[in-house]
Amino acid sequence: MQAYTLNYLQQLEAESIYILREVMAQFEKPALLFSGGKDSITLAYLAKKAFSPGKIPFPFVHIDTGHNFEEALAYRDLLAKEFGITLIVRKVEDTIKKRNLKEATGKFPSRNWLQTFTLLDTIEEFQFDACIGGARRDEEKARAKERVFSVRNDFGQWDPKLQRPELWNIYNGKIHKGENVRVFPISNWTELDVWSYLKAENIPLPSIYFAHEREIIHHQGQLLAVSPFITIDADDIVEKKMIRYRTVGDMTCTAAVESNATTLDEVVHEIKQTRMSERGETRIDDRVTEAAMEDRKKNGYF
Amino acid sequence: MDILRFITAGSVDDGKSTLIGRLLYDSKSILTDQLEAIEKSSKTRGNGEIDLALLTDGLRAEREQGITIDVAYKYFATAKRKFIIADAPGHIQYTRNMITGASNVSLAIILIDARTGLVEQTKRHSIIASLLGIKHVLVAINKIDLVGYSEEVYYSIVSAYQQMADQLGIQSVNYIPISALNGDNFIQASPNTPWYQGKALLPFLEEVVIDDTVNLTNARFQVQYVIRPQTAEFPDYRGYAGKIISGIYKKGEQVNILPSGASTTIRKIEIAGEEVESAFAPQSVTLLLDTDIDISRGDSIIPAEETPQISNEITVLLCWLSEEPLQPFNKYILQHNNKRVLASVKEILYKLDVNSLTEEPANSVQLNDVVKVKIKTAERLVFDSYQQIQGTGAAILIDETSNNTVAAMMIQ
Repeated sequence: MQAYTLNYLQQLEAESIYILREVMAQFEKPALLFSGGKDSITLAYLAKKAFSPGKIPFPFVHIDTGHNFEEALAYRDLLAKEFGITLIVRKVEDTIKKRNLKEATGKFPSRNWLQTFTLLDTIEEFQFDACIGGARRDEEKARAKERVFSVRNDFGQWDPKLQRPELWNIYNGKIHKGENVRVFPISNWTELDVWSYLKAENIPLPSIYFAHEREIIHHQGQLLAVSPFITIDADDIVEKKMIRYRTVGDMTCTAAVESNATTLDEVVHEIKQTRMSERGETRIDDRVTEAAMEDRKKNGYF
Repeated sequence: MDILRFITAGSVDDGKSTLIGRLLYDSKSILTDQLEAIEKSSKTRGNGEIDLALLTDGLRAEREQGITIDVAYKYFATAKRKFIIADAPGHIQYTRNMITGASNVSLAIILIDARTGLVEQTKRHSIIASLLGIKHVLVAINKIDLVGYSEEVYYSIVSAYQQMADQLGIQSVNYIPISALNGDNFIQASPNTPWYQGKALLPFLEEVVIDDTVNLTNARFQVQYVIRPQTAEFPDYRGYAGKIISGIYKKGEQVNILPSGASTTIRKIEIAGEEVESAFAPQSVTLLLDTDIDISRGDSIIPAEETPQISNEITVLLCWLSEEPLQPFNKYILQHNNKRVLASVKEILYKLDVNSLTEEPANSVQLNDVVKVKIKTAERLVFDSYQQIQGTGAAILIDETSNNTVAAMMIQ
C-alpha cells in the first residue's frame, strides 16, 4: 500500500511551489532576485518545478555589486543559459556614478548598503510589482518577523509594525500602483534544510561552496579572502588555507570557514556539527549593530 | 521525521519569549555566536541574567519596550522531531498578529502567569485557538517558582482553565507547571514539583501525537494557475496547477468543475513535470483534463462522488482585524484560497463576549471582535465547513481601498 505522507523536505517543497505559483497568478510583472548563492539557486530549481513543463515565466535579476566571486558569476550565467531565462544585471557601480553616491571606505568597503539604491532603481525601471527573494526566517531575527508576502511602500520600505495579517496559506498580494511586494518562498526553510535539499536533488553549486585552497587574512576571528576589493595592511598575515564558503555574498563582507569538505555529503555533515550560525560565521556587516538587518529592510533592502 | 508547528500564546509578560528562548537554550539550539550576542545586549540593558527573550524579539521597538509586537518564527530540531515555533505577541493591540501565527499550527502552548491566573488575553487566545480548530492545547503554568512551587495554586488554575476549555469545546488539553526563567520541567521533571507526574515540556512536544493530519478522504482542489507553455514542444499543453487541499486524486478519475458543473476526466497528473498515477494533500500538482473546458483560477476540480457545498451565501465566524470598524453593506473582496469575489456582510448574528463566553447581540464590529455573520458573495463559492475541511472552510476579507487584510473567517 502506498503511504500518503510527505517527509519534511517534500512538505517544504510543496509549500514553496505553492507560493511561487501564487506570485505568477497574482502579479503582472514579477522577478526573481538571483545572487548565485545557494538560497537563490534553490529558488531557481523550485521555480523550474513549479512551472514545468513550461519555462520559468519571470526574469532573474542580479544586482551586481562588482565585488562578486568569479565562480558565482560564472554559475549565474550558466544557469540562465541552461534554464533559458532572461537575466537582467544591474550594476551598483553605475548607480554610484549616476547618483553620485558615496562609497563606503575602510578596510572592507561594503556595497551592501548601496545595492538597495540599485535594486529600487531596477524595480522602477522594469515596473516590477513583485520580487521573489531567497531570504529565510532562520537567518536573522528581523527576517524571522517578516511575512511571506511582504508589502513595501512606494519607497521600497518595510514597516515592521504594520504588517498585514497573513492567514493560513491565503496570500493577499493586492497593492496600489507604485508599491511592490517582496515574496519569500523559502521563509520556513532552515540552512540545514537548504543543504539537505540541494543534496537530495543533486543540484550543482558554485565551486566556492566546497573546500579549496585560497589566500586569506584573519580579521576579528573571521577569515577573509584576499581580493582587490579589500585593503591588506602591513600587519595582516596572508596565509593559504583550505576553506569553503557557507554563504555567498560580496568578497568584502563574506567570511570563509576552514574545511576539507569537498562533497555535499561532507558539507551537510559539517553544517550539522557547527555551533556557529550562518550569518555569525560568514557575514561581517551584521556585526555593526543589533538592528542592522531591520534598518536595511526599512530602507528597501530585500 | 515530521514537523510540529506550534504557537506560544498568552498575555503580556506571561513569559512566552522566555519560554522559547529556554526551549532553544536547553535543547542546545542556540549557537555560540547567537548566545554571545544576547549575553552582550543583556549586559548593556543592565539585567544581570541572560535575557532569553532577546532571541525572538527581533525588532528594535520590541527590545526597547520589552514586548513582542509581531510573530517571530523560530526553528529547531531534536533527534525526534523538527519544530517550527510561532512566538505570538500577548498585547491585545497585536491580536491580529497572534491570529496570523495561530492559523498555521497544530498545537498551542498557552502560558499563564501562576501569580495572576486566567486573564482576559488568556481567554481571548484560547477562543482564537478553538475557533481556528487547533486541537491540542498545552497550558503552561509559568513562574511556578514565584508561588513557591505551590501545588494548590497549580490545581486551581488547572480547574479554572478546564472549565473554560469545556465551554469552548477544546478537545485535548494538557497542563504543565514550569518556570521558563529557571527551566523547571523543561527537559526533565523538576525536583521542585514532586507532585507533578506528567511529562516535561520538551519530551511532551517530541511525543505528542498530532491527529489532525490531512484529510485523505474528501478530495478538494482549486485551480491556482494555468500552465500553458505554448512552445514548439508543448503547443497544446494546458495544465491546471494547484495544491491538493485534501484527499487523493487519481489518474482516470471522473471529476466535476465547480461551481459550473461541467464534468470530465483526469487525463494526467504531474508533479514538477513528472507524471504520477495519484497525488495527495498537501502536494502541489498539475492536473491535465480530458476535455477542453473553460476553467480558470479559483475554480474547483472535485471528484464526481464528492459533494462540497456551493452557494453565494455563507455564514461565518469572523475575527475582525482592522482598526477601522466593519462597514456592513460595504463591498469587500473575499479571498477563498485562490478565488477572489466581491462580498458584503448582510447580517450580524451575534458577538462573542470574551469574558463571559456568551453570545451578545451587536450592531457594530470593532478591532479584535469575534462575531458570527451572514455574508453574500457576488459569485458562488465551493466550500465546506471549516470544521470539516479547514482548507476549503477558511477565507479572508480584503478592504477594497486600503488592500489590507481585515478579517479572518471560518465558514460554518
